Amino acid sequence: MTTAAVSELLEVNLGPQHPSTHGVFRMQATLDGETIVALKPVVGYLHRNHEQIGEHATYIASFPFTDRLDYFCAMSNNLGLAIAIEKLAGIPVSERGDYLRVIMAELTRLVNHVAVTGFVLNDMGAFGTPLLYAFRERERILDLFEACSGSRMMCNYIRPGGVREDVPEGWLNRARGVVTNFPRFLDEFELLLTDNEIIQQRTRHVGVLPKELAVSASVTGPLLRASGVNYDIRKVDGYSIYPKFPFKVPLGAVGDVYDRYYVRILEMRQSVKILEQALKEIPGGPAISPKGLALVKAPRTFRPPKGDAYGRVEAPKGELGFYLVSDGSPIPYRYHVRAPSFINLTVLEDMCRGQKVADAIIILGSIDIVMGEVDR
Amino acid sequence: MMLPPIEELKTALEQLLPGVSLSVDGHALVVTPKDLEPVCQCLKETERFGLDYLANLTAVDYPPDRMDVVYHLCSMAQKHGPVTVRVSLPRANPVIASVTPIWRGAEFQEREVYDLYGVRFEGHPDLRRILMWEGFVGHPMRKDYVPEDQNAPEAA
Amino acid sequence: MALVGRGVLAGLGVTLTTFFETYPWGRAVLRLMGRQHTNGVVTIEYPDVKQQHAERFRYFPFLVYDKEPDNLRCVACKICEVECPPQCIHIVGPAKDEQGRPLKPKGRPYPVEFDIDVSICMSCRICVDVCPFDAIEMDNNYELSDTDRFGHLVYNKEQLLRPNEYFQQIKPTEASVVDQRLAAKHAKAAAVPPAAGAPPPAPPGPAA
Repeated sequence: MTTAAVSELLEVNLGPQHPSTHGVFRMQATLDGETIVALKPVVGYLHRNHEQIGEHATYIASFPFTDRLDYFCAMSNNLGLAIAIEKLAGIPVSERGDYLRVIMAELTRLVNHVAVTGFVLNDMGAFGTPLLYAFRERERILDLFEACSGSRMMCNYIRPGGVREDVPEGWLNRARGVVTNFPRFLDEFELLLTDNEIIQQRTRHVGVLPKELAVSASVTGPLLRASGVNYDIRKVDGYSIYPKFPFKVPLGAVGDVYDRYYVRILEMRQSVKILEQALKEIPGGPAISPKGLALVKAPRTFRPPKGDAYGRVEAPKGELGFYLVSDGSPIPYRYHVRAPSFINLTVLEDMCRGQKVADAIIILGSIDIVMGEVDR
Repeated sequence: MMLPPIEELKTALEQLLPGVSLSVDGHALVVTPKDLEPVCQCLKETERFGLDYLANLTAVDYPPDRMDVVYHLCSMAQKHGPVTVRVSLPRANPVIASVTPIWRGAEFQEREVYDLYGVRFEGHPDLRRILMWEGFVGHPMRKDYVPEDQNAPEAA
Repeated sequence: MALVGRGVLAGLGVTLTTFFETYPWGRAVLRLMGRQHTNGVVTIEYPDVKQQHAERFRYFPFLVYDKEPDNLRCVACKICEVECPPQCIHIVGPAKDEQGRPLKPKGRPYPVEFDIDVSICMSCRICVDVCPFDAIEMDNNYELSDTDRFGHLVYNKEQLLRPNEYFQQIKPTEASVVDQRLAAKHAKAAAVPPAAGAPPPAPPGPAA
């Protein structure tokens, strides 16, 4: 007598409270044995209606709230909102302010990419070691942020027209020191990880995201570029002073977790190049244009003309967009955040289908989500 | 390749799709709700536009009677954009065709607009609340939404 | 075929080097081997050892007074109260006499009450940016934990007051800029008759 093996589907909730879900995030997985058949992301646990708050606060008062969107990249978030406001009201940026903003944005990219690499490795089971190596390096950059803005993570530093206050004396030299030492850390980090056979086996051909799906699903950032699509808003829009810097856009070939890891490492090397050049060429002069300074001192006198503007920047996680509608009052009529990690989550199910449960964790890690931004 | 200015884009679209009514308001292309699907399809498929990337989708509430849905379209292949497409809906019963079959990236964004503004997207594969919980009443981003008063004294 | 496990061994070499870096003898060995090394231990044993914070480090606002606590710079214009993003500042004032005229014991109005809720404040520094009188500044004391969640975490005017000397001590660079600005302002006001010595009139604040 033969008995046919009967397989029964099993529903498992991964999260919401689990260290591997990067915050309060839940994955409703349907499993066939250990293989994922379907997976629904459930978000909203950290929802605080950021946009509603933005529609009750002045343009400037929204800046500290943007720090709390993607709390790893406060500077990039500030820059996104500043660029949207500048587009809406036509505020000129001082030259030194532009350089400082690029320096801050690229330092933020380093912070984010080292941290996420450490976290993904943590998810893979390499507990502690790579993450703490990454955090040791991140700490040096956060110290720089503290010295210029007064806060390590909630910087609230970039403003329309430039930055809130000039960097203190000696800061640029300190930053040069950090940037010069960074490639050495990257070499060490790569020696630790890149050729590691266990990492290769865990990540190669896991969570492959095809190029066409990536484009169609509005995926942006390193996740998109790992799939081989050459789209970097720093190059496409050429916002701020990025056209002055000759940097390359690293692309992946397969679009798996390994490519995402490696694209981030390469992006950090390009950021170091940008930083070296920016720190060398930074001019003197005011850190903020007079119009911007007036805005910092008296936020309620700022009444942008009626109209709307969509400003976007290449944040470390992808396209961070701010859509502002002004009705001529000091408070935005509509304030919308296009959060990259929220939209990148769209493809989570497609990447996880057919993979094992343990892989879902590292696929999620490789998307690089921060719940503060997903849930807003 | 550069994208033509919005007026030329409108003329080109009218030639490609006879019968659609389009207008231009500022830098936005205003589309009527019934024409949205063919217009979006055309903007994506036509070689000259190639708008294969839906950058942003959101709504703007204009009480008492209007609700706008705004789309920002870009091209990843040709690296241009964004083009702003706007649709005005009646606020009392905002229903519009979903663009998720055209751009997968609209899936979560339409769910968010459904959740926060109450716009129904017909043809969406899985239209549920996303940020608020199941069973929540109201749409918290509408202008007439009254938030819970946190300073109100608690019932003794 | 490359040796399987070479990548793992190289990685173990990195962790071993880092292990050596954490000990003085290990650093000596690394130097003998001619290897570059960092200082190893990066952990700080808080609360026994405290981290050195940058001068601009900000945590919670305080009110500045010159010389004596009565002489605070705040004129209760309420700009910070309006601009505060999380709305954690509460001001009552300016103090008035029976006829409803503002009391000016030191030549300027003053707030009757000035409360800031520590549990709501998000250390954004916008109140400092918008204050036209340099009356509010950011403190760098971050050890504000308390056993009472509601009563003790609302700081009143007396708890918020700090002398200008304190400001000069914690943030010398910023304080010197502020002092210079105020000195210039006073000199200008003194040069203009008839209100010699009086501070410049308050800008039209939002309606109380």
